[in-house]
Amino acid sequence: MIAGRLLKISDRGVLVTLAVILIIAILVPVLHLLVPPESAFHIPAYAMALIGKYLCYAMLALSLDLIWGYCGILSLGHGAFFALGGYAMGMYLMRQIGSRGVYGNAELPDFMVFLNWTELPWYWHGFDSFAFAMFMVLFVPGVLAFLFGFFAFRSRVSGVHLSIITQALTFALMLAFFRNDMGFGGNNGLTDFKDILGFNLQASGTRTALFIATCLALGASLLLCLAITRSRLGVVLTAIRDAESRTRFLGYRVEAFKLFAFTVSACIAGVAGALYVPQVGIINPGEFAPANSIEAVVWTAIGGRGTLFGPILGAVLVNFAKSWFTSALPELWLFALGGLFLAVTLFLPKGLAGLFDRKAAGGRRAVPAAQPEAAE
Amino acid sequence: MDKAANSILYLDDVNVSFDGFKALKALSLIIEPGEMRAVIGPNGAGKTTMMDVITGKTRPDTGDVLFAETRDLTRLDEATIAELGIGRKFQKPSVFEKLTVGENLALALAGNRGVRDALFWRMSTREKARLDELLEIVRLGAQKDMLAARLSHGQKQWLEIGMLLAQEPKLLLVDEPVAGMTDAETETTASLLKSIAGERSIVVVEHDMNFVRELDVKVTVLHEGTVLAEGSLDHVSADNRVIEVYLGR
Ligand SMILES: Nc1ncnc2c1ncn2[C@@H]1O[C@H](COP(=O)(O)OP(=O)(O)OP(=O)(O)O)[C@@H](O)[C@H]1O
Ligand SMILES: [Mg+2]
Repeated sequence: MIAGRLLKISDRGVLVTLAVILIIAILVPVLHLLVPPESAFHIPAYAMALIGKYLCYAMLALSLDLIWGYCGILSLGHGAFFALGGYAMGMYLMRQIGSRGVYGNAELPDFMVFLNWTELPWYWHGFDSFAFAMFMVLFVPGVLAFLFGFFAFRSRVSGVHLSIITQALTFALMLAFFRNDMGFGGNNGLTDFKDILGFNLQASGTRTALFIATCLALGASLLLCLAITRSRLGVVLTAIRDAESRTRFLGYRVEAFKLFAFTVSACIAGVAGALYVPQVGIINPGEFAPANSIEAVVWTAIGGRGTLFGPILGAVLVNFAKSWFTSALPELWLFALGGLFLAVTLFLPKGLAGLFDRKAAGGRRAVPAAQPEAAE
Repeated sequence: MDKAANSILYLDDVNVSFDGFKALKALSLIIEPGEMRAVIGPNGAGKTTMMDVITGKTRPDTGDVLFAETRDLTRLDEATIAELGIGRKFQKPSVFEKLTVGENLALALAGNRGVRDALFWRMSTREKARLDELLEIVRLGAQKDMLAARLSHGQKQWLEIGMLLAQEPKLLLVDEPVAGMTDAETETTASLLKSIAGERSIVVVEHDMNFVRELDVKVTVLHEGTVLAEGSLDHVSADNRVIEVYLGR
């Protein structure tokens, strides 16, 4: 029965994307480490970090696609999960500073010393351990998404209402994290990181390893999403997206399926945030800004939702364009983004991914009958 | 609960109102196990609303709705009611348009409905055989890999009937199954339903009198949310009130 699905262009797009990610994971480090800086082919550290950052954004867009593109849940607060994963990583990196802070206090991060705190808050305990911190990268976004989804989906909050509460969620978190007494560095957030796992964050080797880790995480997330969307669960998600109440009458507990997708999606976003922080060197409450979450939605829409590879493409392309614009024509960027979004919505409802779809898949679908026995 | 003895479906004194408008008024209906019942009545009589009440979509203001003598359907949600064994075909064909015909049927196939089951599910040989059998029954074998959106209205009706059968429910609620079908298709549908009655219980709502006659079962006439007459088609057709509100138009 999955035969039709197997042949779908989005799957081929996913395979091509996986191959490209693999190539980037090898090529960029080679051009960074092995090609001498004088060469035109050399990739400097800042450029590698920039690409790494885009790949983190791509993961965020992918996570959004799993719930929006496949299950019809439009989250306007997904940046919150990204930021929480980032903070969990940031807390670990803060602990790695040890006594090398400005105040030379091995027990407390600088900002706590500055606030005259004498003791490490309980929720900072454990973040000395990398394993614990990595667990929290998944656990905190996952639990928040689970609890949020549990109540929202059980009360059958959906559509625009759900989008608004997700936006409120990230906004509330932003306000909370801005507060100094929350113990997350307030306004300034967490920064001045030194090491990760004992390796200097400024060293080429460390940066390269982080870059490769980002590629691998993106590839793994893509495979995970592919496995989910291709399973029967994926078919149920699509059914929920298109006819939620009909799905209930078939005996599917819609809220449980939504909750699963939402939680997995939040965990992927959390991992993306965790990889983002060491590469950009800072995490602050600005990452919770509602505008960030909305931007992620725009990347996803431009790339083409419901395709998995489209949002990755969208996130990378839009952010490249943003980097170019903000250095060349900074005043025009928001207009350009708005224009692009409008143009895509009007002329390419399936996003950039739809461009491939039309060419390759149109013919196949036109001949419905007599497919040979499903390969399943 | 004695009154509900030996019934698969028991509705007693069910009232539903929408913003003061009474869609069901003291509706009572008893279906025996294995029975097929035809429900007729003019537009707005409350036929679909009755199905909404049975399947948990609409909560009655008052009244008892019992399944298999004991299960109080007014307290259960849609998914639980479906799992109990009540399947429904909607008046407006509602198939999953962006899924293929095969996927539509596979989703409906009886079996576990849990998240984990769905994630690791692989179609068994038995299920595959059942799927092919269903495709044959609803005559959509050639359209298995076609998106449901591209089916004709009649084919969608068939697909939805197939999905209903796939669930293997104990009680089938079939809302206007032959709308949009040709005479021949209508006849096939009638014999299909007749062939599964006995083993399963069926409530079928239909306006097409030829179809109802074909079914040859007890008929309930609804009017303004309440039962106007009940009995054989000939019996209710002879009822003056039925002629006045429905048949004689
Ligand atoms: N959700 C609702 N809100 C308000 N009114 C409703 C709702 N559902 C049904 N009604 C009203 O209840 C009455 C009964 O509707 P119902 O759909 O049950 O009729 P029906 O017998 O199925 O008619 P038809 O033969 O046209 O399908 C109608 O007047 C309808 O407008
Ligand atoms: Mg109706």
